[in-house]
Amino acid sequence: MSNWVTLFEAIEASNKTSDKVKALLAFFEIAEEEDKLWLIAIFTGRKPKKPITATEMRQWSAEAAGVEQWLFEECYSVVGDVSETIALLLQTKSSNQPINYSLSQLMHELIRIGKLPVAEKKEVLQNLWLSLDKGSCFLFNKMMTGGFRIGVSQQLLVQALATHLKVTVPQIAHRIMGNWSPLTHQFQELLLNPNSNADASKPYPFYLAYPLEINPEELGDVTQWQIEYKWDGIRCQLIKRNNQVYLWSRGEELISDNFPDLIAAAMVLPNGTVLDGELMAWEHNAALPFALLQKRITRHKPSKKMIADCPCAILIYDLLECNGIDFRTQELYIRRSKLAELIGNELPLLHLSPTLHLKDWTDVAKARLESRNLRAEGLMLKSAQSPYQSGRKRGDWWKWKVDPYQIDAVLVYAQKGHGRRANFYTDYTFAVWHQQKLVTFTKAYSGLTDKEIEMVDQFVKKNTLEKFGPVRTVKPELVFEIGFEGIQESARHKSGVALRFPRILKWRTDKKVEDANTLDELKRLL
Amino acid sequence: MQEAGLIQLSSKGLYCAEGDFFIDPWYPAGKAIITHGHSDHARIGQSAYLAHPTTCSVMKHRLGEVNTQALNYEQELMINGVGVTLFPAGHIPGSAQVRIRKGKETWVVSGDYKCHADGLSEPYVPVTCNHFISECTFGLPVFHWQPQGEVLASINQWWQQNAVQGLQSVIFAYALGKAQRILNGLDPSIGKIFGHGAVIAMNQTLHAAGVNLAACQAINQASKEDLKGAIIIAPPAASGTPWLNKFEPYRTAFASGWMAMRGSRRWQAADRGFVLSDHADWKELNHAVESSGAENIYLTHGYKAAFAKYLQSKGKRAFELDTLFEGESLNHSSEKELEANV
Repeated sequence: MSNWVTLFEAIEASNKTSDKVKALLAFFEIAEEEDKLWLIAIFTGRKPKKPITATEMRQWSAEAAGVEQWLFEECYSVVGDVSETIALLLQTKSSNQPINYSLSQLMHELIRIGKLPVAEKKEVLQNLWLSLDKGSCFLFNKMMTGGFRIGVSQQLLVQALATHLKVTVPQIAHRIMGNWSPLTHQFQELLLNPNSNADASKPYPFYLAYPLEINPEELGDVTQWQIEYKWDGIRCQLIKRNNQVYLWSRGEELISDNFPDLIAAAMVLPNGTVLDGELMAWEHNAALPFALLQKRITRHKPSKKMIADCPCAILIYDLLECNGIDFRTQELYIRRSKLAELIGNELPLLHLSPTLHLKDWTDVAKARLESRNLRAEGLMLKSAQSPYQSGRKRGDWWKWKVDPYQIDAVLVYAQKGHGRRANFYTDYTFAVWHQQKLVTFTKAYSGLTDKEIEMVDQFVKKNTLEKFGPVRTVKPELVFEIGFEGIQESARHKSGVALRFPRILKWRTDKKVEDANTLDELKRLL
Repeated sequence: MQEAGLIQLSSKGLYCAEGDFFIDPWYPAGKAIITHGHSDHARIGQSAYLAHPTTCSVMKHRLGEVNTQALNYEQELMINGVGVTLFPAGHIPGSAQVRIRKGKETWVVSGDYKCHADGLSEPYVPVTCNHFISECTFGLPVFHWQPQGEVLASINQWWQQNAVQGLQSVIFAYALGKAQRILNGLDPSIGKIFGHGAVIAMNQTLHAAGVNLAACQAINQASKEDLKGAIIIAPPAASGTPWLNKFEPYRTAFASGWMAMRGSRRWQAADRGFVLSDHADWKELNHAVESSGAENIYLTHGYKAAFAKYLQSKGKRAFELDTLFEGESLNHSSEKELEANV
């Protein structure tokens, strides 16, 4: 078995973080540098382009497995994962002497397949599938398709790399960010000799806050805290180096092309500047609905009309690099005053995110409740002395979000989940009352414990009224408290409203169907 | 199901009117032939039970004093002019397929079954018939079992690795059937083998019924020292309970056909999942249908819609039946209720 397959199987075989780090270290000890680099690339979302469409993948694999398409789809609905369905269906067909590709060999194959004409693609891919054992076939498919979530967070990977290379965790976290690929970079230069690959676009790891778990009074003197709005946009990093501007999203995507207006506005910044902020739909000093930003984020090279219709701006929180010097170890109040100097109130589209000067925590609590009026989702509490750390850390920064909106709704449709939940009815549609009828208004997928999921699953199976393909209509009996962050009018939904981040807060076993809320009550939250 | 056939599906279960008996009825019904001792097949409340001798012992253990009559494999018993014969189903010790015949009409009710020999249960034999009522718990082509030897070897390897690291191993498996299958496959040179109370009680029942079992000690007799590097076989209902605390530090594993799917492995939240099932996989199901020679196939539980459609596409007359059998279950909340009486 190839070393990378062994690694993934070891990661899968344990729930313990320590075992996973051990497996990663064992891989780093023995693997070739190119394989190590590919592993990092895969875990940080730098995979080669998908060589075939999802439909081609299903059809060609069904054909290779000798099952009809409908049977493939039945299997997929049970397994809940296309990659795994293919591996399971091919296990009896594949070669008795599977080929042990190294990770980089397989990635090069993947890139090669992507460049072939369609007719050839199919044959080459089918042969490749059949030359792999079940484990590598599954992993190969996972790498070929979009999502590759396999029980190792980026943080865990960084930890293992830091131990392996004897470099600090923040250094590794920074070095593996930005624009690189195993096709253009070497392991050594990327991780051990970062100056040789001085990449002007390279962002810093974002510092993320935990939700506030304590009474804010316990944070002590309110004046020692910088209090800001928690904006509901897209966290971003704006970089100006060598007369070029780069805009990164928190998901480490370069989104400069989507926001030429912002890039142009940032040209006035001095070289060697890196800013942390929130990308917002914004006009006349006020936030616009998130939906407008959503339109922009999906559009490369937007038209003038698009830019005019969906105006955006960045609300700047922090200064990470100043005059080409890493500024992250400076205390927040110093970074902030330098930032104010740099941005002032003058720059179009780049605004200093306001800080709130409040006399005590009671006023802070009041500001939190009122934040929603500004389309913010609460407050950020940042210790004035805090350095800019990397990753999610406790202690110095807290997010204190407003409580979600709540509504009691009735479960009316259920569908099976995917992956871990493939065998349970976990995808629910909820309804509220309107003129003595139940009107659906949202779906929600999460919020229940495993035990509750099993119980609802049993209920669904025993109380199915009708089946439409994979969807079951269930007897309206169970009431759930649904939480959400925002609500907008929507012509696309039967109920006339669309929710933001809906999820189940609680199973209201104490409530009867009649006790659920009405559509009018829901619309009052608009 | 065919009109006026020898077997009908009634609200209480499969019923033979001419013989006036049920097969694995799920409600109190009257006289019952029982295929095997699992709780979704052998249910309380029947006036009389006919089953293989081992299954009779299991029922007395699980259901208390019930009125049982034992029937050995391959001996035909006439009931009201209907011939009833049990054939090994290979599912668990004492499990049987029930053949029912009168005149030219022959029916086989498979109960639960698997076609490969597990070294514990009497091996499955194909029985020819006109009407085959089959389970299809794993009736999709994604299910393909590795040879039992390979699975048991990987269980032993896992146990060994844990023992070397100073960890105890807890493996979850049904108390009836799977637990004994694993027990007989464990390598006693690795360490001591213990069983949960439910497993030990079942072992005693099976042992008394003449089933050969490897040595397994009751966990409540184990000292702290005994436990070092040991393996403990426990029913799935014990997972996630404080009962496990005394084994710290330990690793857990789950043995079930469902472990073939990554989603189910992750759902179980066990450290390891071993694919070991007492049900037929896709190939075995097709083999059983083929070798029965039946003109009509009725599917009782599992992926019956898909399997029926597949058989139809191969030119067979296949039908789905709505029954309350569960097969191998992933959901322990229902199982916990059933196990509570044990």
